[in-house]
Amino acid sequence: MNPTETLTELISVRGVSKSFATEGGEKNVLDDVSFSIREGEIVALLGRSGSGKSTLLRCVAGLIAPSEGEVAYRGKRLNGANPGTALVFQSFALLPWLTVIENVELGLEAKGVKTAERRERALRAIDIIGLDGFESAYPKELSGGMRQRVGFARAIVVEPDVLLMDEPFSALDVLTSENLRSELVRMWADGSMPTRTALIVTHNIEEAIQLADRVLVLDSNPGRIKAELSVPMPKPRDRRSPEFEALVDEVYGILTGQKAEPRRETLAATAGDAAAASGLDVPLPTASTGALGGLVGLLAARGGTEGLAEIADDLRYEIDDLLPVVDAALLLKLARPHGPDLRITEQGRRYAAADPLRAKEQFATLAVEAAPLVRRIVRELRHSDSGAIRADDVLAELKAFYGDDDAEQQLDTAIDWGRYGELFEFDADSDRLLLPTHPDAAAGVPSA
Amino acid sequence: MPLLRQVPGAGVLRRPRLRWADILVAAAIVVVLYLVARASAGATAPLNLEAPQAISTDPANLPYYALRSLLRMFAALAASVVFTFVVATAAARLPRAEKIILPALDILQSVPILGFLSVTVTGFIALFPGSTLGLEAASVFAIFTSQAWNMAFSFHSSLVSQPDDLDEAARLMRLTKWERFWKLDVPSGMIPLVWNGMMSFGGGWFFLAASEAVTVGNTSFSLPGVGAYVAAAVGAGELDHVGYAILTMAIMVLGVNFLFWRPLVAWAERFRNEDTAAADRPRSVVLGILSRSSIPRGFGRAIAPVNRVFDAATRPFGIAEHPLHVPALRRRAGDVAVVVVVAAAITYGAYWAYVFIDSTAGLGSFGEAFLHGLITLLRVVVIIVLATIVWVPIGVWIGMNPRISRLAQPVVQLLASFPANFLFPFVIAFFVAAHIPLDIGGIVLMALGSQWYILFNVIAGASAIPTDLRQAMESFGLGRWQRWRRLILPGVFPSYVTGGITAAGGAWNAAIVAEVVSYNHQTLTATGLGADIAQATSSGDMAHVLVGVLVMSVFVVGINRLFWRRLYRIAETRFAL
Ligand SMILES: Nc1ncnc2c1ncn2[C@@H]1O[C@H](COP(=O)(O)OP(=O)(O)OP(=O)(O)O)[C@@H](O)[C@H]1O
Ligand SMILES: [Mg+2]
Repeated sequence: MNPTETLTELISVRGVSKSFATEGGEKNVLDDVSFSIREGEIVALLGRSGSGKSTLLRCVAGLIAPSEGEVAYRGKRLNGANPGTALVFQSFALLPWLTVIENVELGLEAKGVKTAERRERALRAIDIIGLDGFESAYPKELSGGMRQRVGFARAIVVEPDVLLMDEPFSALDVLTSENLRSELVRMWADGSMPTRTALIVTHNIEEAIQLADRVLVLDSNPGRIKAELSVPMPKPRDRRSPEFEALVDEVYGILTGQKAEPRRETLAATAGDAAAASGLDVPLPTASTGALGGLVGLLAARGGTEGLAEIADDLRYEIDDLLPVVDAALLLKLARPHGPDLRITEQGRRYAAADPLRAKEQFATLAVEAAPLVRRIVRELRHSDSGAIRADDVLAELKAFYGDDDAEQQLDTAIDWGRYGELFEFDADSDRLLLPTHPDAAAGVPSA
Repeated sequence: MPLLRQVPGAGVLRRPRLRWADILVAAAIVVVLYLVARASAGATAPLNLEAPQAISTDPANLPYYALRSLLRMFAALAASVVFTFVVATAAARLPRAEKIILPALDILQSVPILGFLSVTVTGFIALFPGSTLGLEAASVFAIFTSQAWNMAFSFHSSLVSQPDDLDEAARLMRLTKWERFWKLDVPSGMIPLVWNGMMSFGGGWFFLAASEAVTVGNTSFSLPGVGAYVAAAVGAGELDHVGYAILTMAIMVLGVNFLFWRPLVAWAERFRNEDTAAADRPRSVVLGILSRSSIPRGFGRAIAPVNRVFDAATRPFGIAEHPLHVPALRRRAGDVAVVVVVAAAITYGAYWAYVFIDSTAGLGSFGEAFLHGLITLLRVVVIIVLATIVWVPIGVWIGMNPRISRLAQPVVQLLASFPANFLFPFVIAFFVAAHIPLDIGGIVLMALGSQWYILFNVIAGASAIPTDLRQAMESFGLGRWQRWRRLILPGVFPSYVTGGITAAGGAWNAAIVAEVVSYNHQTLTATGLGADIAQATSSGDMAHVLVGVLVMSVFVVGINRLFWRRLYRIAETRFAL
């Protein structure tokens, strides 16, 4: 890739502050934020919920006026919607009364593009984004993932200079978002995406590092740029590569305000050959999701840090039984060791505070990220044509690494995790693992 | 290379196949066109002020009269829609205009429209000299004033509550003002607009009936129509003919509902953002036939070029976007200019009215009008109190029984939209026979049309009480009084207040037609502000009309502010479920 310095500066944000009037007075959301976006560069804006990411993005889009400072597009100060951008919304923001193609064509219509050319360009965008066959469907007939594809098609059809995205995947389930994200990476890689410059807002660290050339970390209260990292890895990026993980840890540390800790030995050290790629050699701690929830809840209730012995006592666990649960918490980064004690992480706190549905979602994301066996099953299910795989096949593979009992235990644990996270189901009658979308999935019988 | 593909399904539409639905729709279009042509031919007939057109009470004329009345109703609806689009959009998009438009609409909503009839009739006749069109316009205008403010409010509130993300998407796509209006603003406000239009249309019948036969300055004007027919029949004391007119009216109300509003309501469902359960979806037979026919789609294709022309023609008006930064000085200057202009207009109007009244009726007439206003107020209060005592329990009972409310709702809706002035003759005949003075009887006349709003709204409120709350209350074993206090009253109170405001407003308006009535060549009069306005109108005494209308407006606006608004706030803060 060319050194970005030589390229045109498309967007420049200079000293932008934004405050909102609230009942309790002024609320300062952004404070003296400056950065720029150059042609061909993908920038991720990362920050916690409420740090002002969306606000900053809307300033860049010219939808709201900064209280101080200015945003310029190609050197010209914005005084209204930014003419060089298109926005992909978290909520999709499709017009429900227009069909897919009408939604996609709307932006072209606004530009005064003639009917025939409009139709052609819209169909091409629909093609690129993988929506063929849905042209005359209404948004409410589509799944969330398909709706967001319409959102993307609508944005790229006008061939904006800069594609703005506000958490485009966060309203989707884990699988769908993963799928759409990797397609986005592919489109950028193979050049089918007409727009090569983007600003993506996210609070998912891995998403930021997977997609972006540069990551801006936004601090909260008030929002200011806390760190700026460039991501030099070639794309597509392997999320399991040590470089990637090191960067994730670094950003994680910046976000939580701590120094990054090295990842646990087991994961990094054994990663290597084909066996690692299959993910089957990394054992899943045999902890039930219920026990895990109990542990994290207890930590949260105890102010965040607690000795293992006390925990075991409290939960009436033998310490040996507790360890897999602790391992699971460590694996999913819900907690980390702190001397002889266990300390809850920011993620763990959120998990403990979340309502059951959110907790499930969070768990699903974490499990797919950190638990190789779960990820492996999810991936295979996704690649299978029927959305179902035989549990026996998985068991047979597991037996190559574990004894019979252990292999079964591994599978049982994976099924428990997958079910809790609503990643997949297990149909005991037919001994199959199913995607939740599989027609038989709802009829699944709870396992013993 | 991507080729130009067809949208799937497009080929199916192109297959030429004449279906029965097409024949039916085509026939209906021909019939409607013929009827419109027939009715509008009469509307432009020359007007002879010396010998006004006589209204025959021969029932054979009723179909034609009904047609003319319908045309007026739809003309008023069209005018209301245009007004709504322009004024509500201006209020929503121009902050300065909003500050003027909203209070103005609020006052206009409370003004007794019928009091203006004389002014508007005179004005419109002058506008179209020698043509019936002036009278037609005055009648249409009277109906329009009963619908437009409501509809504009409804559309304005849906414009300002548009989802943020859709607004942002439209702005970033740089839609032109015209495109944004038709692609986002109208569709997102469609459902409330259609419902509000339907309700306002129902209320419009009353004004249709009142405005077809008016007497201004000792000249009686009649337009061929059902309302004028009733007036003529009543004047001649022919109750059987009034009966025919009522039948015609019922057929019209039901027919318009079936052929126009139901299909429209069902069609508007496509603009709903989220899915409704299939069972609750409004359905319509007529819409079903229309959608089975290819004529509407063909029509859509045929007007596509017209759309393109409009699109291109409105492009120079720019995109639907407002500047982020406005220099403070310019903004201040604009504000000052608007305030100065508005203040000057109001001052001039007030000064003109003062001079006019002072030199004719004299300022003393305000005192008398105020006293008579108190008497009419008493009637309104009696109506509201009685209607509350009677209809709140019944409305709650209906609303809490889903089965009954499904049956009762259309009936109540029909009753509310049936023009009460059609029923006046029977009630008046009874008063005459029983020697009941109109001072008392007027209360009944005024209540005839207005009470239904209370019932209607209470039913709506009661049926919206969540079932689980109700069951929870029952399972706590609360007594009847406790249930009313804790659940039912809080649940229906906000909608009761809405109904109460509408009912009171309707009663004030009805006073103008109910405090002076004539029947079988004799005239009954009650003491009250409504009677003052009606008499001043028919004797052409504009100063007294002005005084009467001003005082009545002050009463209505004042009571709304001092009483209903407070009640509403209590409803919102203390009784919100
Ligand atoms: N129009 C507004 N009026 C008042 N406060 C606002 C407004 N818009 C945003 N805020 C506040 O500004 C802060 C930042 O909001 P913003 O939506 O930009 O955060 P975010 O980083 O996008 O968060 P999330 O990850 O939840 O989307 C929040 O505390 C929010 O309440
Ligand atoms: Mg946000």
